[in-house]
Amino acid sequence: MATTTVLTTESPDRWKYLNNILTRRGPYSDETFEPGDEPKAFLADLKIFGAGGLGCEILKNLALSGFKDIHVIDMDTIDISNLNRQFLFREADVGKSKAEVAAAFVMKRVRGVKITPFNCAIQDKDDEYYKQFKIVVCGLDSVEARRWINATLVNLVGEETLIPLIDGGTEGFKGQARVILPTISCCYECTLDMLTPRAAVPLCTLASIPRQPAHCIEWASVIQWPKEKGDLKIDMDDPEHVTWLYTKALGRAKEFNIPGVTYAMTQGVIKNIIPAIASTNAIVAASCCSEALKIATTASPYLDNYMMYTGDESVYTYTFQHEKKDDCPVCGNLPQALTVDPESTLEELMEKLQERPETTLKKPSLRTSAKSLYLQAPKQLEEQTRPNLEKQLKELMEEGDELSISDPGMPFNLRFIISFSS
Amino acid sequence: MLKIWSMKQQQQAASAASGKKKVTAAQLRVQKDLGELSLPSTMKTHFPDPDDILNFTLTIEPDEGMYKGGAFNFDFTINQNFPHEPPKVLCKQKIYHPNIDLEGKVCLNILREDWKPVLNLNAVIVGLQYLFLEPNASDPLNKEAAEDLKTNRDNFKRNVRSSMGGGYVKNISYDKVTK
Repeated sequence: MATTTVLTTESPDRWKYLNNILTRRGPYSDETFEPGDEPKAFLADLKIFGAGGLGCEILKNLALSGFKDIHVIDMDTIDISNLNRQFLFREADVGKSKAEVAAAFVMKRVRGVKITPFNCAIQDKDDEYYKQFKIVVCGLDSVEARRWINATLVNLVGEETLIPLIDGGTEGFKGQARVILPTISCCYECTLDMLTPRAAVPLCTLASIPRQPAHCIEWASVIQWPKEKGDLKIDMDDPEHVTWLYTKALGRAKEFNIPGVTYAMTQGVIKNIIPAIASTNAIVAASCCSEALKIATTASPYLDNYMMYTGDESVYTYTFQHEKKDDCPVCGNLPQALTVDPESTLEELMEKLQERPETTLKKPSLRTSAKSLYLQAPKQLEEQTRPNLEKQLKELMEEGDELSISDPGMPFNLRFIISFSS
Repeated sequence: MLKIWSMKQQQQAASAASGKKKVTAAQLRVQKDLGELSLPSTMKTHFPDPDDILNFTLTIEPDEGMYKGGAFNFDFTINQNFPHEPPKVLCKQKIYHPNIDLEGKVCLNILREDWKPVLNLNAVIVGLQYLFLEPNASDPLNKEAAEDLKTNRDNFKRNVRSSMGGGYVKNISYDKVTK
């Protein structure tokens, strides 16, 4: 029974180093920081959310930093190739949900932590779900997912909800960590222009003068596949599809005397696989999680707001403040409440908007997420949407719909959340 | 916990409202791009579903150059990653053009390797129009057509005319694009 006793008793030394930080004031502690038991108790009570490819590292770090109520989302299942760096998984776990296996492992290893796993896409959860968290930590693997979580958290700002987003990402030996305080500091969308676009080869190079093995593979997928398979989508997890592409690419490589096309390379090129290096993931995830700890406790100043880690040319890190973009489509102008009379027509609404100084516009176009209400250009769309001007608003929209107004003279769209007057 | 809310209040009063059905960032941007389109009389759009602004057809009817008299249709497909990713553009007809292949794929730098999020739909449309005024033999997708243009411009012009009428060029039949 001795082992059971050890498992249920908290060793006094267990949080020794965390206690050193949380029970004493440091020279850089925030003025609101009150050392003692409170910050730790707060940590334990704080709901935090993690997701994505850096998941193993993030989950482990959060649990070992004293966070006790953690949610994790990951839509992937465990693949044999993950085992070299995703250390919470074993060979027997291949095929199982990453979120579930990771949660079970960490809960078993770190006593007293509660992890709630979801095997789904982050987009499957709604605002109500995300509202419950105090901090969101993400290590996502795509621009699309990052834009989504960023827009979601920015849109949640209001009624004393303001959830910091801590985002990490790696690419080979390079990585970055950033802290986004929605609407206060620069958001993900503000810096979208800075992303390096995926290096693309001109279509005509693929079609006529391939020089590299990757050109042959891209030719097979971009030009030959649609030509021979029509609308059928390429499924890169289907070995038949990959073999087809590989064979085609190989044939073309022979024709042009280009060596080096392999099956693995075919997968790599088409899936745009970015090499993941365990140590880079560890560095970036550690940075993200210490930001979570600092924001949660105010024990030390947090990252404001971007840290890049360059490990590919010797090693270098640089921290700087990305600027918030005033005309950012996501955080530049938050949707405001707008009450309209459901019986009035769209044309009457547009006249009403003209009376408000902030919506006095030259040539406004109006849309909801599902409907083109009235678009003034191009001409054909104007003709198609003109009949809506006569319609009553209750026919065109519902309460809670977002109304987006654009105008050629305005750098961004105005957004309103519709409610009906009774 | 960091007192973020008081930081917010110091900065500005927040009065954001939150709704059920949000307009996505891609939709916001396309709506803005469309509002800024000023199409000349040689171009018109067609939206099969006017509520779906991410999918439409553009018709170009060049009023000068070798392709004068034709009406060329392009499908625009824009995904939620716009403007991080360029719109997908496909020519709907089988035409004889050095920079457009027989499946309708278009070799235009800003549709692929030179796309940037600061570019907009207007830039793409201007680029497409330019392809009909100045077909470019050095970036061939249809190699035969490019070769013809390079070696014998008059012959190329004749081929363009007969292809546009629905005729054959070197045993390949093309779609009729003249009205």
